[in-house]
Amino acid sequence: MRAIPQARFLKVAGLVALFAIALVLPAIAPDPATTNIAVFTVMYIGLATAWNIMGGYTGYISLGHAAFFGFGSYTLALLLAHLHIAAGYTPFLFVPVAGLATAVLALGIGWFALRTRAATFVIVTIAFMFMLQLLAENLVGLTGGGGGMTFPYPRWGGDYFNTPFYYAMLILATLALAVSWRIRRSKFGLGLLAIRDDEDKALAVGVPTRAFKLTAFVVSAAFVGMIGGVYGYYVTYIYPQFVVDPLIGISMVLMVFLGGLGTLSGPVLGALILEPLQLWLAYNYGASRLYLVLYSAVFLGVILLLPRGIVPSLTEAIDRWRARAGPSAPPRVVTP
Amino acid sequence: MSLLQIDGLYKRFGGVVAVDDCSLEVAAGSITGLIGPNGSGKTTVFNLVTGFIPKDKGKVTFKSKPIDGLGPDRIYALGIGRTFQLARIFPRLTALENMLVPVRRKGLRALFSRADWGHEKTRAMEMLGFLEISHVANSLGGALSYGQRKLLELGAVMMAEPELVLLDEPAGGVNPALLERIADRIRRLNERGITFLLVEHNMSFVMNLCTEVVVLHQGRTIASGSPEAVRKDPAVLDAYLGA
Repeated sequence: MRAIPQARFLKVAGLVALFAIALVLPAIAPDPATTNIAVFTVMYIGLATAWNIMGGYTGYISLGHAAFFGFGSYTLALLLAHLHIAAGYTPFLFVPVAGLATAVLALGIGWFALRTRAATFVIVTIAFMFMLQLLAENLVGLTGGGGGMTFPYPRWGGDYFNTPFYYAMLILATLALAVSWRIRRSKFGLGLLAIRDDEDKALAVGVPTRAFKLTAFVVSAAFVGMIGGVYGYYVTYIYPQFVVDPLIGISMVLMVFLGGLGTLSGPVLGALILEPLQLWLAYNYGASRLYLVLYSAVFLGVILLLPRGIVPSLTEAIDRWRARAGPSAPPRVVTP
Repeated sequence: MSLLQIDGLYKRFGGVVAVDDCSLEVAAGSITGLIGPNGSGKTTVFNLVTGFIPKDKGKVTFKSKPIDGLGPDRIYALGIGRTFQLARIFPRLTALENMLVPVRRKGLRALFSRADWGHEKTRAMEMLGFLEISHVANSLGGALSYGQRKLLELGAVMMAEPELVLLDEPAGGVNPALLERIADRIRRLNERGITFLLVEHNMSFVMNLCTEVVVLHQGRTIASGSPEAVRKDPAVLDAYLGA
């Protein structure tokens, strides 16, 4: 029985170390090229984790989460413009408002979309995303249409410029992870996993499936909206195809699938692998969208070789190795 | 006193009348068997009573209160549990987690706190022990044998402390030794005060276990009463032998 606390200690120590590195990263590597990669990587950790709360736990695959990303972005831009908020730290205080607005939108969308299941749900989410993109393009009076919207530009100099955005992303990603962790081991989370396994059976044993799915959807969307807001402020200029970008939605899904659907660490791992790789390709080969080739290769690789993702496959391999190592190894207890 | 009362239940699927003016009563404390030839509408009756499909006509009363129009989760909350044909469990959850899903909790805080509260886990382990499957508590549902799944499904439905349990073919596809165990556990749960309504094709299982039997034929109740009485009913013989 010694192996379990030991493994737990290693896990916690690893997490603490990783978080400590994340916390001091801008001090260790302050050059903007590095911090820019860090901002986007942590952003995708947050996005993938948030997407996983819905897609991983309930099995409802949304390919339209980019809609919430763009909506959060536009909401923050509009708030800052209409309330005449100057650049600086104040705009970050409005990020939760953008999250709240996105949550309300997700409540409405989820109300309809969650009447469907499986492939139909996937298609409904895609359709909804393109509808939102079209709206952003055509409501010229509100959004500036194809001309886009500009955020106030902060006067932070040189090396420091990326740092506030990095910490804003880090806070959101950490929060998303904490919520995901809490849900994963809660009674509510167990209900979500039951829905993933067999929704009708879950209903038959009293899981209020509609309310549960909707809650997961809204929580997931709210995080994506907040992250979208920070992203907009970071890149300072947004237009419909740029923030309501199907590729952003697909990237978070791909990261979750690569790392491990429905696991806590999978989305983090997936984002840590794919996002720096994508940026490296962009730096070295220009904006050639070469990373799309990479993404399709990763996608094929995951489907063919690791259909369950890295984390579950690795855990299984370790269990097998342990089982071979000795009969005294305790059976693995899968806790929610 | 009847715990569940069904009056004039009617359901049509396109051109097929699956349940046609079906009426029956389940007495509190009984083990009532619902039998009938294939396609006589037994499972449809289950789906109508538990709110899985909407009925066209008829009334369902539980504890003298109408439960028409309620969804499956609401009906479950009132104290009616059910199992499915071919044992449905959650394959990627452990047996223990399968037992914890149906446990009821009150309030939002309870919903967002840990899934494995000590006393709930203890109760789940007791139930697994009662069914003699506690050794697989930490195995994934998908790794269990068919018989273990049947027992697990029965155990899980008990976790919400229902008053009435609808069992869809509890004896279907299991070996004779396990059949004995399932019958015995149902009987013992019945002694603890749980009422059962079960659909079953295995006649000796029904005749040995049930205190009441209702016979359905072409969606209609054609006989009901004690197992002995029903067995001798000429209408029942007609229905089964196709005279």
